[in-house]
Amino acid sequence: MNESEIRQVVVGIFSKIAPEIDYDEIDAEEDLRDEIDIDSMDFLNFIVALNEKIGIDIPEKDYGKLVSLNDILEYVKANAPAKPV
Amino acid sequence: MVEFKMPSLGADMKAGTLIEWRVGEGDYVEKGDVIAEVETEKGAIEIEVFEEGQVTKLISKPGESLPVGTVMAVIGSGVDSEAEAISKRDRETVVAADGVKTEHKGNGYKTAETEDIPKRRVRSSPLARRLAEEYGIDISEVQGSGPNQAVQKADVERVYRERMKEREEAKKEADKDREEEKYAEKAAPAGQQVDEKKDSMRHAIAAAMSRSNREIPHYYLQKQINFERAQQWLIEENKRRSVQDRLLQPVLLVKAVAQALTDVPALNGFWINDRYQPGESIHIGFAISLRTGGLVIPAIHDADLKSIDEIMQSMKDLSDRARTGKLRSSELTDATITITNLGDRGVDLVHGVIYPPQLALVGFGRVEERPWAENGMLGIKPILTTTLAADHRATDGRQGAQFLEKLNQYLQEVELL
Repeated sequence: MNESEIRQVVVGIFSKIAPEIDYDEIDAEEDLRDEIDIDSMDFLNFIVALNEKIGIDIPEKDYGKLVSLNDILEYVKANAPAKPV
Repeated sequence: MVEFKMPSLGADMKAGTLIEWRVGEGDYVEKGDVIAEVETEKGAIEIEVFEEGQVTKLISKPGESLPVGTVMAVIGSGVDSEAEAISKRDRETVVAADGVKTEHKGNGYKTAETEDIPKRRVRSSPLARRLAEEYGIDISEVQGSGPNQAVQKADVERVYRERMKEREEAKKEADKDREEEKYAEKAAPAGQQVDEKKDSMRHAIAAAMSRSNREIPHYYLQKQINFERAQQWLIEENKRRSVQDRLLQPVLLVKAVAQALTDVPALNGFWINDRYQPGESIHIGFAISLRTGGLVIPAIHDADLKSIDEIMQSMKDLSDRARTGKLRSSELTDATITITNLGDRGVDLVHGVIYPPQLALVGFGRVEERPWAENGMLGIKPILTTTLAADHRATDGRQGAQFLEKLNQYLQEVELL
């Protein structure tokens, strides 16, 4: 998956959770939970949806690395399985 | 035969708008079936029925805004007799004693439910007949009190007075509604549906919380709980689980609260009509904030009997449906206690406001590393500050303290939950 495909999937999932946000406007370096106001249930839903869409299995201990939108995009890029499931 | 009425989904609800019927006339319904979808300040709610029988008449039309207590449909029980209908209706009136006004038009004249029955021949005095015509009352609808049930002048007058009174009440109700609409219009720019909805939810929360503050003498207790073991257990457990089956921390809190309530049931239930009414089950209301503003508090039913995984499932499901607006009526009305978890939002502790007529609210702040002295040693531990707001009319500090201590004990051995 290339960067723009990853972004499309990630933003697509968040758009379902927080539909009123313009994801081009948010600060991609800031803590996403504050930027788009999500709680731990929303975040878990994101992790599950990401797993279903591209087969990436993010262990809980790595949640700490997924702070900003850019963090998430980079993490997925580095850890996504070669082929989407 | 029973009348299906617009239910009250909380002390703060005045009316709801019928979105659609989920059943048709002639359908059979059972207790717990969803009969209609109704739009309220809390979003779209699926309304369940508490009787079984055949739907004989759908009275309300989709799009109608209906005050709480309005008869929306008639449900006949297969073996219908007048006596049964009356006893059932009486029972209904008792059940609705939590402040919801239900009208019981037992005598005088028949209600809409018997409209289809052909008019009976009526014995009446000429004076009664003339009076009825003058008042615009169908004389066949008047129950006579004279010999052979003949309708007399006094009977017609009685029905007339009742109708006038009803009309007046309906007018007052309508005036009040208009007043409130005016208020809502002032507070929010017109024409924006989301704003209006948000505003009416704000209004509903305001009403419930004002009542709480006015009526309930709260007392507050707080306890710091060493969350190390619970956190460790959760981490180990989630390592073994697939992404789909992972647990969230609030699940442990819900379960531990439910268990602690089995030890201290005095905090589980309601304060109604100046007395304590114990909750028959433990239904934990879990506050969920909505992105559009405001919050809803759906109940996790029988949380003491559910496993950790079942509670996780319930929470996921409720949280999804709270946000898409598909909660069920029972979920919004029968919580016996409320939990609010603001740890996600970074606060240290919560001083809660009880949701009437409940007896208590348990608040959780965030788990944070703090210096912690134990067995003469100082260490750093993840600490969860837990608070209890309880109704002092129903319980005293001693029970509140017992509850928090039990809660602490359960959270020290989460593997047993």
